[in-house]
Amino acid sequence: MTQSTAQVHPAQAPVTDQPMLVVDDLRTVIQTARGPLKAVDGVSLILRKGEALGIVGESGSGKSVLGRTIMGLHRTEGPITVTGKVLLDGIDVQALERKQLTELWGSKVGMVFQDPLTALNPVKKVGVHLTETVRKHRGLNRAQARERALELLDLVGIPDSRRRIDQYPHELSGGMRQRVVIAMALANEPELLIADEPTTALDVTVQRQILDLLDRLRAELGMALILISHNLGVVAGRTDRVAVMYAGRVVETADARSLFTQPHHPYAEALLAAIPDLDEPPHLRLAAIDGSPPDMSAPPPGCRFAPRCRYAQDDCVAVAPVLDGPGGHLFACHHPVNAGSLPDERGER
Amino acid sequence: MSTTVEPAPAPAPPRPKLRRRRTDGRLRGILGRLVELVLVLLVVSFGTFALVSLMDVDPAVSILGEGYAAEDYEKVREELGLNDPMIVRYFDWLGGALTGDLGQSVVPPYHDVVDRILAALPVSVELAALGMGMALLFSIPLAMWSAYHAGGRIDRFVSAGTFAVLSLPSFLVGLLVILVFSNTLGWFPRAEWSRLSEGLGDNLYHAFLPALTIALAETAMFTRILRNDLIGTLQEDFILAAKAKGMGTVHVLFSDALRPSSFSLITLMGISLGRLIGSTVIVEYLFALPGMGTLVIGAANTGDYVTVQGTVLVIAVIYVVTNALIDLSYGYLDPRVRRSHV
Repeated sequence: MTQSTAQVHPAQAPVTDQPMLVVDDLRTVIQTARGPLKAVDGVSLILRKGEALGIVGESGSGKSVLGRTIMGLHRTEGPITVTGKVLLDGIDVQALERKQLTELWGSKVGMVFQDPLTALNPVKKVGVHLTETVRKHRGLNRAQARERALELLDLVGIPDSRRRIDQYPHELSGGMRQRVVIAMALANEPELLIADEPTTALDVTVQRQILDLLDRLRAELGMALILISHNLGVVAGRTDRVAVMYAGRVVETADARSLFTQPHHPYAEALLAAIPDLDEPPHLRLAAIDGSPPDMSAPPPGCRFAPRCRYAQDDCVAVAPVLDGPGGHLFACHHPVNAGSLPDERGER
Repeated sequence: MSTTVEPAPAPAPPRPKLRRRRTDGRLRGILGRLVELVLVLLVVSFGTFALVSLMDVDPAVSILGEGYAAEDYEKVREELGLNDPMIVRYFDWLGGALTGDLGQSVVPPYHDVVDRILAALPVSVELAALGMGMALLFSIPLAMWSAYHAGGRIDRFVSAGTFAVLSLPSFLVGLLVILVFSNTLGWFPRAEWSRLSEGLGDNLYHAFLPALTIALAETAMFTRILRNDLIGTLQEDFILAAKAKGMGTVHVLFSDALRPSSFSLITLMGISLGRLIGSTVIVEYLFALPGMGTLVIGAANTGDYVTVQGTVLVIAVIYVVTNALIDLSYGYLDPRVRRSHV
């Protein structure tokens, strides 16, 4: 396994610098009644230890499936084909047996789900959600597990944890439940946390608290974070790097600052324009992206964003652009925007 | 809240208050259920009683036999209280029933109805319970296996199998069971009943085949119902979340998926249990078992209306009480139910 790692990444540094996560040309194909659906179509990513990566895209862009494929976790046992490589701290996730995967889940990598109303089992007390995972992964006894659960509830800022631990999920507010979901994911101090739209189902005021909490915990526990959201505003300021996904592919990735100030892909630009700005006069129509994401069982040829792109030209439909770019700011576009900041050879428009 | 202003905010935690309110609610819910239950039982008992008026037999005739004298006929009717208005007879009967007296059989050998029921009921209850237990034992793993691989080969096989069993009438299932286990393999006896008082092992040995016959049909039904609910539950986020924190498949299925999926199953179990106690006639007949079904059929055939009334009443009470208990169990299955209506 380590050998194949070295082959894929010949320039790999010593173990201390080993990336937390390497995703290489990952493809997830889900068999549906309407034919194979390429939910993730050739995604490559590298995440260093302790780094925060934002994955942004519309609904249906494949970002959630990507998050799950990284874990090797799928909603159904159904016909899902995954090709490509996922190295989680050097471990080839695809090569693992189911049993080995469950050892990994919840201990090395944790996941926070979108809707805290449905992510907790309605018939289990809050405490049980936490104790069962620490008992499994850490072999704690009942009393120790309960102590750990209380500790976790305190960690995620749930007041009155001694009472809350014996309550059922429905007795907690949405924000509190999401804190429990986070506590569940963090129970065994994973090195990587995948947060899939962790605030989408929450009130705006609570959203901020939850994001701040994730930010704080990431710093405290020194874990890497993948923050998946459809909202660039959520990712802004909380991630080191951002990858923009469209129709199963990464169309632009860069460090957060340069993506927010100098987006090169028209889709990224459009997403940025869609963030409401309080400085603008009220009642102004929000910028929206015309059209809808392509049908992934029959994606358009060439650049998949071309049918919705205002800058699209003939070559966009003909040839799919490659993800490339200078200095770690990669984008997949024949006619990038903000081209002035680019070196000459791709700055033509 | 009272209007008295407390000088210092006593550190009285809100916790006991919350608790008490909820327990009160639950208690009131249970009391409400009990009142409901009594009403239902009254209706059921009246229905049972009225049933006999619908039966096309004159009890006096069945006692006297053919060729009776007119004055004897009147005497018997008077003795039985048959000339009183129906409502009076109903309350007489109900009063007796409440004190554990369901009257005497009107045909020889004039047994006490209660005694006959006490002899037959354990047989039926044991059969129903055993059959149900076996059905659960078979159907839960089968449904899980099937639901976990929904749409797969195993699932389709289980679906077809359960469907086949369901479409077989129970006498045929019983005959097949006898043919295989008794006649061919010779593992179990047929047509003998050993009372529990004669030893548990012997009793179970004799009860196995009839219980299996009952269990097969129930297994098929339970499996189908539970499978469908499980498939829905397995799509839930909390299942994914449980997997994501490293819980194994077996844990996810039993600890996370089963309870939220068992509402239909529990409801069906309640209905089945009540039904099985009263109507395993065919199975009882096949295996020559002295249960409630045999008792009520025999009584109906001889015009023994007192026994019919008593037996039907007991079956109905068991049915109603079982289903009331099932209703209460929803609160255990889903804590959210506890707080809302009940």
